[in-house]
Amino acid sequence: MFKFKFPSRSLLATIFIATATLTGAGAQAADKTLTVYTYESFISEWGPGPKVKEAFEKTCGCNVNFVSVADGVALLSRLKLEGAGTKADIVLGLDTNLTTEAKATGLFDASGIDVGGLKVPGDYKDDVFVPYDYGHFAVIYDTQTIKNPPQSMKDLVEGDPSQKIVIEDPRTSTPGLGLLLWVKSVYGDKAPEAWAKLKKRVLTVTPGWSEAYGLFTKGEVPMVLSYTTSPAYHMVAENTDRYQAAAFSEGHYIQIEVAGLLKNAPDKELARDFLKFMVTPGFQDTIPTNNWMMPVSATSQPLPDAFGKLVNPSKTFLMSSDEVAENRKAWIDEWLTAMSMN
Amino acid sequence: MLLTKAEMRRSMLGGAASLAGIIAFVGLAVLALLLSSGGSSILATVFEPYILRILRFTLLQAVLSTALSIVFAIPVAQALARQRHFPGRIWIIRLMAVPMGLPVLIGALGLIGIWGRQGIMNSALLKFGLEEPVSIYGLSGILLAHVFFNMPLAARLMLAALDRVPSEYWLMASGLGMRSGSTFRFIEWPVLRSVVPGIAGLIFMLCATSFTLVLMLGGGPAATTVEVAIYQSLRFDFDPGRAVTLSLLQIVLTSMILGALSLLPAPEDEGMTVGKPVRRPDGRLPGARLADGGVLLLVTLFLALPLMSVVLAGLRSDLMKLLREPIFWQSAATSLAISISAAALALLISMTLVSARRAALLRGSGTFGRRLLFAAMGGASSLVLLVPPIVLATGWFLALRNLSDVSAVAPLLIVAINALMSLPFVMRVLEPAFIVHKHRTQKLAASLGVTGWARLRLIDTPALFKPMLTAFSFAMALSLGDLGAVALFGSDGFVTLPFLVYSRMGSYRTNDADGLALILGVACLLLTIAGTMAPVRREVAVHG
Amino acid sequence: MVDPKFAIEMQRVGLQLGNQNFQFDCRLPTGAVIAVTGASGAGKSTFLNLLAGFDTALKGRILIAGKDVTEVYPAQRPVSLVFQDNNLFAHLDIFTNIGLGINPSLKLTTANCRTISSSLEKVGLAGFERRMPGTLSGGERQRVAFARALVRNRPVLLLDEPFAALDPGLRNGMAALLLDMHSETGNTVVVVSHDPDEVKRIADFGLFLEDGRIVVAAPIDEFLGRADHPGLTQFLRS
Repeated sequence: MFKFKFPSRSLLATIFIATATLTGAGAQAADKTLTVYTYESFISEWGPGPKVKEAFEKTCGCNVNFVSVADGVALLSRLKLEGAGTKADIVLGLDTNLTTEAKATGLFDASGIDVGGLKVPGDYKDDVFVPYDYGHFAVIYDTQTIKNPPQSMKDLVEGDPSQKIVIEDPRTSTPGLGLLLWVKSVYGDKAPEAWAKLKKRVLTVTPGWSEAYGLFTKGEVPMVLSYTTSPAYHMVAENTDRYQAAAFSEGHYIQIEVAGLLKNAPDKELARDFLKFMVTPGFQDTIPTNNWMMPVSATSQPLPDAFGKLVNPSKTFLMSSDEVAENRKAWIDEWLTAMSMN
Repeated sequence: MLLTKAEMRRSMLGGAASLAGIIAFVGLAVLALLLSSGGSSILATVFEPYILRILRFTLLQAVLSTALSIVFAIPVAQALARQRHFPGRIWIIRLMAVPMGLPVLIGALGLIGIWGRQGIMNSALLKFGLEEPVSIYGLSGILLAHVFFNMPLAARLMLAALDRVPSEYWLMASGLGMRSGSTFRFIEWPVLRSVVPGIAGLIFMLCATSFTLVLMLGGGPAATTVEVAIYQSLRFDFDPGRAVTLSLLQIVLTSMILGALSLLPAPEDEGMTVGKPVRRPDGRLPGARLADGGVLLLVTLFLALPLMSVVLAGLRSDLMKLLREPIFWQSAATSLAISISAAALALLISMTLVSARRAALLRGSGTFGRRLLFAAMGGASSLVLLVPPIVLATGWFLALRNLSDVSAVAPLLIVAINALMSLPFVMRVLEPAFIVHKHRTQKLAASLGVTGWARLRLIDTPALFKPMLTAFSFAMALSLGDLGAVALFGSDGFVTLPFLVYSRMGSYRTNDADGLALILGVACLLLTIAGTMAPVRREVAVHG
Repeated sequence: MVDPKFAIEMQRVGLQLGNQNFQFDCRLPTGAVIAVTGASGAGKSTFLNLLAGFDTALKGRILIAGKDVTEVYPAQRPVSLVFQDNNLFAHLDIFTNIGLGINPSLKLTTANCRTISSSLEKVGLAGFERRMPGTLSGGERQRVAFARALVRNRPVLLLDEPFAALDPGLRNGMAALLLDMHSETGNTVVVVSHDPDEVKRIADFGLFLEDGRIVVAAPIDEFLGRADHPGLTQFLRS
């Protein structure tokens, strides 16, 4: 009869204990712990996380504790939320559009790593943040539906409106912001007109990449804004080359993902060791087929064949983080206006 | 006096405690946010043209969605109330509770599977010669999705109201030769009219705070709600002050609408009945059978086809493999623990509020203080829906970060937030049942002096068991499918099922996501089965 | 305890419900069967509610069996009630329903159990202990309500149109049962009635209410003979 009253307290206690034990996993054992804040898909079973943890723990004699948040943007918000009291030693998963704001929090310390030797298109240089992978944005299309994919941004913008694309919202997702910056890079001041034309092809704007890609794979829409590396997943894991990326002649915008260490990290040496480790094969090996992005330095094995079939942009667009931070609000407003007009 | 002073005091204290708890929980979160923002451009936010535009859109889609949901729910409720015995009736009722517990994203994909450009509807239309597929992306898509998610709830609540009509009324109506028009006018509509404002208010709030659906099916940023702006200001810009301002804006505006709704007549006095099983002679007429059959067929298809699409997508995935993964069982256990706790908490709070509201009413509409308390308790339980979970979660995170390790407190916070989110539903189920029950038994109980624990045990619980079970299962289903607060606190060891679904989708693994969505949907269905079961006590029809 | 002359006294009792104003003042004799009559809306139910304790008077005092019960909670008043319907909790069996009349927490002694069974016998429902109210006819349910009043054995029994829902043949039988119980226990019975024949058959004292006030209060012979009230005359002729 009183099902609803009786178990409350004991059940809560059970949950409390269960959660404490589960999350307290990192508190056990080893002398040193390295707390890494990163986004959810990094530490999922198929993500790079588990392998990275294993590899690093072998060399450092420490315990790696991952704390996950939804995505890169949430990472920054979480840091702002926690402020100086944050328990993070390393933050891994910001992208270059967010680094200016990240630095503005004053929580990060110089990495001490020379990033000049890394193979990152777009000439990325920074003394605080170290890149660990990159991917060019690209329009992925369904080869079964589209026989003549767009060959340039101009093609995409002015093409047949009945062939639809689904894009992400720049306010709530990094690929969405990426496309915004890409169009801006190609069209400059004429971006609003470009968007007004592109609007006719946009089927819908989703909050994030997952929803957009879900619509795409369900066959609802023949094109989606994603990464050049997306087809690699389908070729390697699903054994199909049905989904391919369209190469744009003007060039592609790049997303570079970075990691940084925090000023208040108790063991800075350990944190620096991790950053150093990040650009070695031990870490980079996991990037191609676990994170489905491009590695920034040498891997112990050559990349899988599928990666050879990917689009290799001739030109890379990358705006400086400062420029993005300064103009983002204005550009988003511009985008909103262009997209809201009928 | 129908309650002793002691009982009155206890009831009011219980209600006041719950009310205070809710206000404190929300208030502290808001306070934490405000303190950390440094009171930036709060006023300026309100009058930005962008904000005004999205306010207008938010209200427009919410009002239309609500109106459509209610209008479509009425014939469904009528049909179910009228046809009481046909094979599969209980399954249709159970089906109507499934959309509520489904994660919004999965439901949306199911809808797209049927109504989208590649969906069944368009394929059929194309065969009939239509040039281009009809696009649901836009206001029409949002309305469709809102009706899909909310109309079943409205129909169930309306059905419950119709079931409370004394059985004698129907017999009388058929004895008087009333046709369906008169029956509607004199019996059904007065009953429905008293519950519609409450249902409308709830659905309005749900639609006004709709996030994923609006963004996915809206077709573009022209379709943006205040909720999106709030989410953006916390996740992207990290401007807590703005988030709070927008939340307050949302609450103020919606309160005005709800206030307008509350001016409509309240649920009326229920007639005294003997507890006879309801018989509907008007349901046997061939015209009624045909009409009801048509309505029920349409609504079943409308609900079942998108769900079928979710099932089929799920079956295409490797369910066995999913079930073998330990992370699946871990997340399932976590989800279950959270939803049971949240449902229990919601039930407890609702019972105190409902009982206190009744006690406040009993003393007549005398004191202003009492009436205020009555309104406050009702309002608080509903308005929590307008405070976005992300605001609550972020606020509490801020409040607690210096005090303790947040991940230890996280489960409790998630339970509290989920309980608050399901409160409006639980109250909508419990309160009418409670009122009718009290009306029927309170004089008798008062005259015999059956009070306190004895009354709870002997009289209230057996009679209210079924509505409490329904409310509990509703709350559990809601909590199960909710991603909300977990997203902020989620970490390595704390995974729920919806979180797992999203994380698979984010790793290209849409097949896995489909499989997990199927499992979630089945879980919700099982919950609603539990909710519609009740101790079977066949009452032989009274003769003479 | 001294047996007061008046079982029920209403001393300048006043009440306002919505638009209606009620003023009751009367002294009702102990051990009588008192019929409360009047047109619909005259205030009969309010009168009864005040006696039972469901409505609270704003002014005046109410005394039952010599006790001031104006502020007393219904269960503590020396009364038993029988409504027109819903006298029994539909989800509890007959035994429990009656048992609650003895002890509201259902803590019953074996002697209590015997009392319950014998009360059922007295009303002609021997062996009905485990039946559910839904399986009984209207008349049988009212008899169970009487059985409960019997076990409670309070000085005053209030009845609100107890037989109105029953057919005429049954009504006579039930009225006879009521009188039997009355003569056995010597209680004071206040019965609201719409039926002049019933009044003539069972009442010792009559009250006629109009517009929230008692306009006629007299022993039954006098009551039936009163010609100065058109309302009353009309009632008696109906």
